[in-house]
Amino acid sequence: MAITLTETAANRVEKFLANRGKGIGLRLGVKTTGCSGMAYTLEFVDEMQAEDIAFESHGVKVIVDPKSLVYIDGTELDFTKEGLNEGFKFNNPNVKDECGCGESFTV
Amino acid sequence: MALLQIAEPGMSAAPHQHRLAAGIDLGTTNSLVATVRSSMSTVLQDDYGHALLPSVVRYTPDGKVIVGHEAQAMQSTDPVNTIASVKRFMGRSLNDITDKAHIPYRFIDGNLDNAGASKRVLQLQTRAGLKTPVEISAEILKSLKHRAEKSLGGELVGAVITVPAYFDDAQRQATKDAARLAGLNVLRLLNEPTAAAVAYGLDNKSEGTFVIYDLGGGTFDVSILRLSKGVFEVLATNGDSALGGDDFDHRIYCWVLDKVREASEHFAPLSEEDTRLLLTKARQAKEWLTDNHEAQIACKLSNGTLVDVTLTAPQLVEITQHLVTKTLSPTRKAMHDANLSIENIDGVVLVGGATRMPHIRHAVEDYFKQEPLTNLDPDKVVALGAAIQANILAGNKNDDDLLLLDVTPLSLGLETMGGLVEKIIPRNSTLPIARAQEFTTYKDGQTAMSIHVVQGERELVTDCRSLARFDLRGIPPMVAGAARIRVTFTVDADGLLSVTAREQSTGIEAHIEVKPSYGLSEDEITHMLKASFGSAEIDKKARMLTEARVNAGAIINSVNAALAVDSNLISQSEQHNIEVKIQLLTSLIQADDADAINKAVDTLNHATEAFAAARMNASVSRALSGKNLEDIKL
Repeated sequence: MAITLTETAANRVEKFLANRGKGIGLRLGVKTTGCSGMAYTLEFVDEMQAEDIAFESHGVKVIVDPKSLVYIDGTELDFTKEGLNEGFKFNNPNVKDECGCGESFTV
Repeated sequence: MALLQIAEPGMSAAPHQHRLAAGIDLGTTNSLVATVRSSMSTVLQDDYGHALLPSVVRYTPDGKVIVGHEAQAMQSTDPVNTIASVKRFMGRSLNDITDKAHIPYRFIDGNLDNAGASKRVLQLQTRAGLKTPVEISAEILKSLKHRAEKSLGGELVGAVITVPAYFDDAQRQATKDAARLAGLNVLRLLNEPTAAAVAYGLDNKSEGTFVIYDLGGGTFDVSILRLSKGVFEVLATNGDSALGGDDFDHRIYCWVLDKVREASEHFAPLSEEDTRLLLTKARQAKEWLTDNHEAQIACKLSNGTLVDVTLTAPQLVEITQHLVTKTLSPTRKAMHDANLSIENIDGVVLVGGATRMPHIRHAVEDYFKQEPLTNLDPDKVVALGAAIQANILAGNKNDDDLLLLDVTPLSLGLETMGGLVEKIIPRNSTLPIARAQEFTTYKDGQTAMSIHVVQGERELVTDCRSLARFDLRGIPPMVAGAARIRVTFTVDADGLLSVTAREQSTGIEAHIEVKPSYGLSEDEITHMLKASFGSAEIDKKARMLTEARVNAGAIINSVNAALAVDSNLISQSEQHNIEVKIQLLTSLIQADDADAINKAVDTLNHATEAFAAARMNASVSRALSGKNLEDIKL
């Protein structure tokens, strides 16, 4: 399995990285907080850790730590607009249930 | 599904804990709100894709408040209730407004403030009642806050709001109060030129001297900033408060009128509507000529005249070059004040939509002998910088990003004997700052000292701006010069001042926060805050008015009924007097003033007193006549 980005998401990430002026890629992860168990994290990466796993999608380096990968393997990251709001969205096949707002989930 | 933004490494927020922050450019003509998403500063748009919110607030007849384009469209139809450019009145008293004759608003002199700084808060009479500039600005901020929260999908933790570098303490405090009324937490007030410099990342350099050339819709400001050790110091500011992009539109408009007059001999004066139409066409032509060689101005006026002229780029330059030249004189003055020459300038930033015009860019480039920075949208650059600062202050960046500090724009001091100013905190001190100085008594046995806090660079108190006055009492009687009174000035990170005076031997202290220096007391602000919760106040007023009207109607009816029956009981002149009072009350019922109605009711009641007594007597004698004493014993 792998982590992928949609083309829109990849374009955005490239733009944000270029604007930021530094960073080697995008880190996806989970942490155990939130109202229904786990929460997604999305960060810029300035340096990789030894245990990190890297994927490449539409020219963007996607980095995940092995613990997180268990929960988000197969995820496709999309970039969408909802009304005036815009941002990234995890399409995660492992999710069984998520809280109303979708910021946290259980597997 | 919540949409996520990319955080800085290790800075991911817990769910529902996003520290959403915004930067707000609260402008004279237009306002904007921006935020940092995925490390990128972006201006937020409204539902129609507009980034700019015209800084116009209208109080509608049905009790609503509308802000922006919709309000702007009503400016000439309903000028008294449609307030534009309210920023010019922030923190000002009636005496500060010099061109009242040209402004359509009804200004009212407010109450004396508690600080006794002999300033009265300025108010505007609208159909929604008396409004202070603070309240009007708060409506603009509310609208921007609403836009930001809708765009970001959550509540803002705070905002950075920009103010002109030359804004004094009163104007800054007024801006903060407006934010508070709008329910916004102010993370910091930031100087507009500093925000522009931040947007260009100039704060990432170690040092340098920069010029910010800001030609807005109606105002021109030039600031010279020096960056050293992460702090922007304002070396000089200058400008022209009556010069902006609108003047260019007006020049084109006049040029078009000349052309039309040449073509047709009989040309009637323009209607207001036509004037507006032509000004809009002029603005469009100006904007078109930024990227094109010629612009066609074509429209049909209401009197049937067809306007069809072509304006070329060289012609635009010809008719507006004198305006461009006019901006260079304040620029030269600022350079002179800062004691700098062209070679000392490391960068020039252009701000304001009007700076898109190529001949302005050329003029700036020619003067400074270097190409100005223009790759950011000049309309948005201040808001973008404010958002970057807000993002840092909200805690979304790593610690190694330096916090940008601001400086005091003007010196702060106090009045000493003979009306002289003793400066305690010099201008351009980095904030926050605290400075103390010792003073002593002037006369033998003096037990009190009056402390007058002033702001400005001049030596005489009368030439500076008075901020506050307070008294230190209970100084033990001593010979002149023996008492030691320590006066401490503290300015917080937002540039707001508090002053403490302490007599050293007894520890007696007096303290003042220079908050209400422009005339709004804490109580008034609290009151406004309360009033702004829902529309309780409006509801109350509406109810009082309705009650008064109902009451008045009932009284008119009963007096009329009585006159119809018993008018023979009073003299003709008395009857006439009552009828006049009824007429007055009837006319007042249509108006919106409950107090006036109630007053007229009282007058009518008073006028009918004799009549009522006469009727009472008449009815009593009617009841008694023809009856003997036995019958009326109860």
